[in-house]
Amino acid sequence: MTPPTLPFLPDGTVYGTLLNFRREAALWVERAVEAPYKGAPRAPVLYIKTANTFSAAGATIALPMSAPEVDVGASVGLVMGNFKDYWPNPIAEWPQAAINSGVHERLSGVAGCVLLNDLSLPHASYYRPPVKYRNLDGFLGVGARVRPLAAIGDLAALALTVRINGQLRQTVELATLVRDAVTLLAEVNAFMTLRPGDILMLGTDCLDDGTRPRARVGDRIEIAAPGFEPLVNMLVEEWSADGPPPGARAPSGGSEDTAVPSVGVLSS
Amino acid sequence: MKRARIAWAGAVHDAVEADGQLELLTPAFKGRRVGFDDVVWLPPLAPMPAHRPRTVLALGLNYADHAKELAFNAPEEPLAFLKGEASLTGHRGYTVRPAGVDFMHYECELAVVIGREARRVSKADALDHVAGYTVANDYAIRDYLENWYRPNLKVKNRDTCTPIGPWLVDAADVPDPMNLALRTTVNGVVTQQSHTRDMIFDVPTLIEYFSAFMTLYPGDLILTGTPDGVVDCRPGDVIVTEIEGIGALVNTISAQG
Repeated sequence: MTPPTLPFLPDGTVYGTLLNFRREAALWVERAVEAPYKGAPRAPVLYIKTANTFSAAGATIALPMSAPEVDVGASVGLVMGNFKDYWPNPIAEWPQAAINSGVHERLSGVAGCVLLNDLSLPHASYYRPPVKYRNLDGFLGVGARVRPLAAIGDLAALALTVRINGQLRQTVELATLVRDAVTLLAEVNAFMTLRPGDILMLGTDCLDDGTRPRARVGDRIEIAAPGFEPLVNMLVEEWSADGPPPGARAPSGGSEDTAVPSVGVLSS
Repeated sequence: MKRARIAWAGAVHDAVEADGQLELLTPAFKGRRVGFDDVVWLPPLAPMPAHRPRTVLALGLNYADHAKELAFNAPEEPLAFLKGEASLTGHRGYTVRPAGVDFMHYECELAVVIGREARRVSKADALDHVAGYTVANDYAIRDYLENWYRPNLKVKNRDTCTPIGPWLVDAADVPDPMNLALRTTVNGVVTQQSHTRDMIFDVPTLIEYFSAFMTLYPGDLILTGTPDGVVDCRPGDVIVTEIEGIGALVNTISAQG
């Protein structure tokens, strides 16, 4: 067994993709022709999750007091670069052949995939980049490990589950992408080069009614997929400068020490 | 102090401006001076630490006249978007104009470089968190503009399309960032002329606004928006974006390929 290492965190720019699941794209067809959009998107709709949003796997995520609820966006990110940079001893866990396999020639330059928990404040409009809705401190849970692409096999066969407090709230099927990983990467790379360490998210799906699973303070969000360590983040109430909010408690009934809602705190 | 980051003699160096030359800070060459024409100018920014890719915030419509030019009312809160570090390029670099587009324009902007972590900073304390200032040219290819998470990255986040530099001027040497003349020339002709005092949201307000919900780290950038006077740029055009006391950033438009 490889000794445990610190959970993975991105070193590069993390790009998110919107409207890349057929369910959501279909729901937007009529609205898309109206103002202010005046036409369906032609290029991939992208956004950026900044460094302040990164929350390690297991970390608690503090919600501002002004934000009682968040949308949960479960996604897979393509991690650019050489897989060996992300796993010090890959041979122990995956055969070398799987890492260097030519199966994914069309995704060359991709080291592997990571689960992501892309949180945002609910917002109805896709017109202006809502930095204040997507880029709050801690608002991107990042899977503990990058899994090599070839070990995943067919990305399109991958399904993610979203559980909140243990209850299944969503299943995300990568088979239903508008642009599959190869197409999306090619269209993005056509105008901006993704560099080693950068991450391109394949998108987040909505539910049948167009909303995303909602979570609130005290909730435990778990995103899982076959072959990946489940990504767990607990939502806690943000502390003000004066100390913990009234009634603040440990998220899992633990001691007061484990209740510190610091984005950087890792659980075992 | 005016700081630069350059490539010279096979390596990357930090340097400072000294009597019209670059004085290297690299220990092996400490004190050595080289000419402006003898180096490759890189963005005047130190690399970011692990797990902290540079946040590049940019303002849309932060000058009332540019908002009018683009047929918008002045915004009630800062209209910001984000860029990736990969679009940055240095002084005297080339920016590629894609084949077949009709309207590509420069945007001369005062760029704020964060020097100290900023989280929930008040306007009054905001400038204490600034390391210094530089000039950015935030090119846009308007042909690609779509109304989805506007301005979309295909317009604003292209390779080579964000020249920045030449200097990082220490904040201590810029007593009032809101009192700087700003202008752009295309092949020597002035096309854009304004003043940072005409910003809708000034630098302290922007730092207070962003740091209220997102922590800014040393090395992060805020590009503070551009005034009106943007014109189409063609291959071969030399664009100089200049801010009083900060620097004159030179960039040449290149055809694709």
